[in-house]
Amino acid sequence: MSTRAYAPSRLLPRDILAVGSIGLRTRKVRAALSALGVAIGIASMVAVLGISASSQEQLLSTIDRLGTNLLTVEPGQSFVGGGDSQLPVEARPKVAAVDGVQSATSIFAVEGATVRRTSYVDEDNDSGITVYASDTNLPETLSAAMAAGSFLKEATKAFPTVVLGAVAAQRLGVSDVRDRPQVWIGDRYYRVVGILGTVTLDSGIDRAALIGLPEAQARFDADATPAKVYVRIEDHRIDSVRDALAGTANPENPEEVSVSRPSDALEARAAAEGAFTSLFLGLGAVALLVGGVGIANVMVISVLERRSEIGLRRALGATRRHITVQFLCESLLLAGIGGVAGAVLGAVATAISSTAQDQALVVPPEAIVGGVVAALAIGAVAGLYPSVRAAKLSPTEALRTV
Amino acid sequence: MDDLLKLRGVVKEYPGDVVALAGVSLSINSGELVAIVGPSGSGKTTLLQIMGTLDRPSRGEVIIDGFDAGSASDDQLSALRARRLGFVFQQFYLLDGLSAVDNVAGGLLYSGHPLAERRQRARKALERVGLGHRLDHRPSQLSGGEKQRTAIARALVGRPSIVFADEPTGALDSRTGASIIELLRELNDAGTTIVVITHDSELAEAFPRRVAMRDGEIMADDLVAA
Repeated sequence: MSTRAYAPSRLLPRDILAVGSIGLRTRKVRAALSALGVAIGIASMVAVLGISASSQEQLLSTIDRLGTNLLTVEPGQSFVGGGDSQLPVEARPKVAAVDGVQSATSIFAVEGATVRRTSYVDEDNDSGITVYASDTNLPETLSAAMAAGSFLKEATKAFPTVVLGAVAAQRLGVSDVRDRPQVWIGDRYYRVVGILGTVTLDSGIDRAALIGLPEAQARFDADATPAKVYVRIEDHRIDSVRDALAGTANPENPEEVSVSRPSDALEARAAAEGAFTSLFLGLGAVALLVGGVGIANVMVISVLERRSEIGLRRALGATRRHITVQFLCESLLLAGIGGVAGAVLGAVATAISSTAQDQALVVPPEAIVGGVVAALAIGAVAGLYPSVRAAKLSPTEALRTV
Repeated sequence: MDDLLKLRGVVKEYPGDVVALAGVSLSINSGELVAIVGPSGSGKTTLLQIMGTLDRPSRGEVIIDGFDAGSASDDQLSALRARRLGFVFQQFYLLDGLSAVDNVAGGLLYSGHPLAERRQRARKALERVGLGHRLDHRPSQLSGGEKQRTAIARALVGRPSIVFADEPTGALDSRTGASIIELLRELNDAGTTIVVITHDSELAEAFPRRVAMRDGEIMADDLVAA
């Protein structure tokens, strides 16, 4: 008996898509709902990544703008005697002389002084504002912009003039300096000559009223030992200068000097937001998993419902592989549509969030690509069992009328 | 002339000692129009499934068009069905989402013809079964008879050596059923080998050759001179 061989059954690649989408085209609502499951998962993941990337981008650009080369030198804990230690009077000029230091400025505590809108306001009501004496180069060292007017100058620092921090100005109801506003400090009025913009690196300055050191010494008997020295350093020498700062500021008791880097706090905040991101990302992954289970469910039902179609296709010459490919393709399409829709939704959500918070829009391409790939992977896994089951049906089983 | 289809001692047993076919031998020549008639449970559907390579016999030989179906792999049988066999079912099995043309073109889907050619040939096949005016209709817009004609066009579109029809009139009223049988006769006159399964012995009267089955065996094989 001669056995003739026929050319094998063949399904053209471009027909795979048409065959794989028949189920979706004939059951649109079901397809849309099961794709929606995956879309929600992907959208939440993309949005979480996008929103956190946008806000981190903002934090990082803030850090960039402010610079990470600002250090603060403060009196630390005194080891002998228990009380607070003090920085020497000459701490600032000594620090400023260190090689690699671009500029240094200091503020001084003014004991017993409170600032009020008028003399009629209760003396104990300080509105949470602290009065400091300040060097005149504070805005330069802190990269602080003036919101109005100008900072204390050599010429005015010995007169009853004051510069308010951003929050302090708001609390005292001062928004401009052109109409020569005055505030009550101690026992007399001081003219407000300037208002500082927000100082992100040290929010204490925002809540401060700054007067000149000679004025503070004359009227409030202020101590000339700095409460805090701000040091701006050349970028590449931060580490070496940092090590030298304590000894330079207080040669006698370098261990009583506390040196810190305000931008570290911002970086910690950026890192903390990253930690939240992985939590929400995990929640998004759970949503995606639930979406995947939804697709698997729909595919199992689809295979059950379409047994006669499977039988017909086997009768028309489809191989088992063709049947597997058809249902796998359908599952991938469902998940892929969900993934793309989800990525778009997530990007839109990120755009809305960053517009509302006035941030730069950052949607990481990795999130978009990763989202769609994750959706396809879920679709492949979800479709594997149903499509293999479909292919295992014998033609006669599939064609048996139920 | 060689036998187009040859069954020798075909036995089909199902688990639990159910014998669906108890040794069937049968030859069908090219160009024949055969009715396999028998009551339900006589094994005629099993016979058709084995002849159409949808199922394998437990024992015995099945040779189609010189091709030994017994020793062929699943993929080879799929290829045989794609290229040499056509099927018509009682429930039509048309796909709801596709037009009549695309349903018929599906008959060529697994032989790897490009879409344009498949549609072209599907249109011709539909015209051949008298549905040239229903090309773009969906199955839900067709009557029962039109659906079965569409299914017949799908079976014919690949120019098969042999067409198997399982109760093709079972879901139709008697007048429509008669017109389907008439169509099958016409197609046979034009050269297509057709094997029809039916439980309706009256309907089988219209066929030149009738194979009567009972309890998995052939009881009679009458050839009426046409």
